[in-house]
Amino acid sequence: MTSIQKNRLKDQLFKFWGIACTLIGLVMLVIFIGGILVDGLSRIDWAFITDLPSRKAEKSGIWTPLMGSVWVLVLTAIISFPISVAAGVYLEEYAKKNRLSAMLEINISNLAGVPSIIYGLLGLEVFVRIMNLGASVLAGALTLSLLILPIIVVATREAIKAVPNSIRDASYALGASKWQTIWNQVLPASSGGILTGVILALSRAVGEAAPLIVVGALAYVPFAPRGPLDQFSVLPIQIFNWISRPQQGFIDNAAAAIIILLLITFIMNGIAVYFRNKWQKKLQ
Amino acid sequence: MQNKLKQTKMKKLVIILSLALVFGACGNKKEQKDGGTDAAKLTGNISIDGSSTVFPITEAVAEEFRAVQPNVKVTIGVSGTGGGFQKFSRGETNISNASRPIKDKEIEACAENNITYLGLEVAYDGLAVVVNPGNTWVDSFTVEELKKIWEPAAQGKIMKWNQIRPEWPNEEIHLFGPGTASGTFDYFTEAINGKSGSSRGDYTASEDDHVLVQGIAGDKYGLGFFGLAYFEESKDKLKLIGVHNGTEVVLPSLETVSNGTYSPLSRPLLIYVNSSSIKHPEVIEFVNFYLDNAAELSEDVGYIKLPVALYAKQKENFKAFVEKNK
Repeated sequence: MTSIQKNRLKDQLFKFWGIACTLIGLVMLVIFIGGILVDGLSRIDWAFITDLPSRKAEKSGIWTPLMGSVWVLVLTAIISFPISVAAGVYLEEYAKKNRLSAMLEINISNLAGVPSIIYGLLGLEVFVRIMNLGASVLAGALTLSLLILPIIVVATREAIKAVPNSIRDASYALGASKWQTIWNQVLPASSGGILTGVILALSRAVGEAAPLIVVGALAYVPFAPRGPLDQFSVLPIQIFNWISRPQQGFIDNAAAAIIILLLITFIMNGIAVYFRNKWQKKLQ
Repeated sequence: MQNKLKQTKMKKLVIILSLALVFGACGNKKEQKDGGTDAAKLTGNISIDGSSTVFPITEAVAEEFRAVQPNVKVTIGVSGTGGGFQKFSRGETNISNASRPIKDKEIEACAENNITYLGLEVAYDGLAVVVNPGNTWVDSFTVEELKKIWEPAAQGKIMKWNQIRPEWPNEEIHLFGPGTASGTFDYFTEAINGKSGSSRGDYTASEDDHVLVQGIAGDKYGLGFFGLAYFEESKDKLKLIGVHNGTEVVLPSLETVSNGTYSPLSRPLLIYVNSSSIKHPEVIEFVNFYLDNAAELSEDVGYIKLPVALYAKQKENFKAFVEKNK
């Protein structure tokens, strides 16, 4: 075997190894989603969406946790969006490259790796007890905002970095100030990337149960939240609660609720992909 | 070009945010289905937290209570017995679900905050010790044998069936049990090993009891324990083993758990009521409703009811408690 042939063989082998590795994730996903669909699909109907939780599996619905999730999601978006985008803009456009900003950067990266339950403990102490918000939607949303803050900051910075310097230079050349350049040129040009980051971060937040249980989200609430200070439950907690029941009916309910939750995240990811594609086209 | 781009981006942003707001705002409909009974309509909030083991019963009671008193908002959390007592002792909840009696430390915490309370038994829970149906040699366990298997000293030492009784096979024993965070684990370790939380660590642990059922059902040399309700749901896949209570071997069942002969692996489930909540008539109404319906509802969700006389006793205790704190 010549060395060229050898190298080609290696190349081929690595290619197939790569394909196999890629497929592992896909196969797992198919098995998982298949199992969930088999268990839960027949359980989903309009009543399942609009009914309240019940001790009888077949009468149970997900209305209150679903509404709780929507409330938490919206509030989390409203809170985390301005804060983390502003932080990202500062770090990328204003911060000088000195030790302070290096430290900030490292800390933000570290925050992204903190287990979510730690955020729950922080939220319990700061928002629930010190700020006296109680186990409210607002306290939950603030906690989740902290959780996804670093993710959005990083995404914002990446998106801003991707804006070509020629756009900035052109703006300055026309006499625009730094603020005008950022607000009128940089942010619009990077908004697709920022939104993608925000949406992906939010779809992580919508799947969190642990920090919200710590904050005091409930397992049984017979009413949907009406304001940010109401008590609430969320879908992942309802799923967790159903999974731990012995009766098969509740397991099916959990599968059905998982389908709804997956649907929400898929839709959100879809929106994110849409924005990314649009943004890429515009920039070209 | 840039300006237009900016405008469309901004517009989109506004649309998304307003859509989100609209979605959020439609959480209002459908909060009350009227039960429509003659009883005086009460209003107010009842806040309950605590054990996830007791949760299904309290949830069932809350659900039925809603049909009678639709304007009373009952909310239930699942922080665990300990987490529930922590909130209870700060006065954050009216009622605490508990799968064990309140501990000394928690009693002190309540006293510090001037919180007095009453504990009421509402149902029983039994722990089932199970093996694979292919296991033909085990007919019963004594508490000592279970201790020999599960105590911390057994770790890495008691590995085979014939180490427990010489006539049992010379095969590895595979252990399955709930994880350390569960109340079931606390309870089993306290009843068998004498100290809550002390157990060997080299067993297959899962917070999901279904995993334990699957594990034992697929392993001829498996042995494990979990709540009786889980056994009831998978009777055909597992073999239930009786436990010697000091005088005889008893299999857990509705009857033996309820009359206390299935000992020591059956426990009462409780609710604790804060005395200052007695000022709210809806809490009194709820607790009475709880005790009136606990027998039926606890069986509905897979637990075992107390004897009738004991419910009557709980009601009496509660009545006296109400009189005292009014």
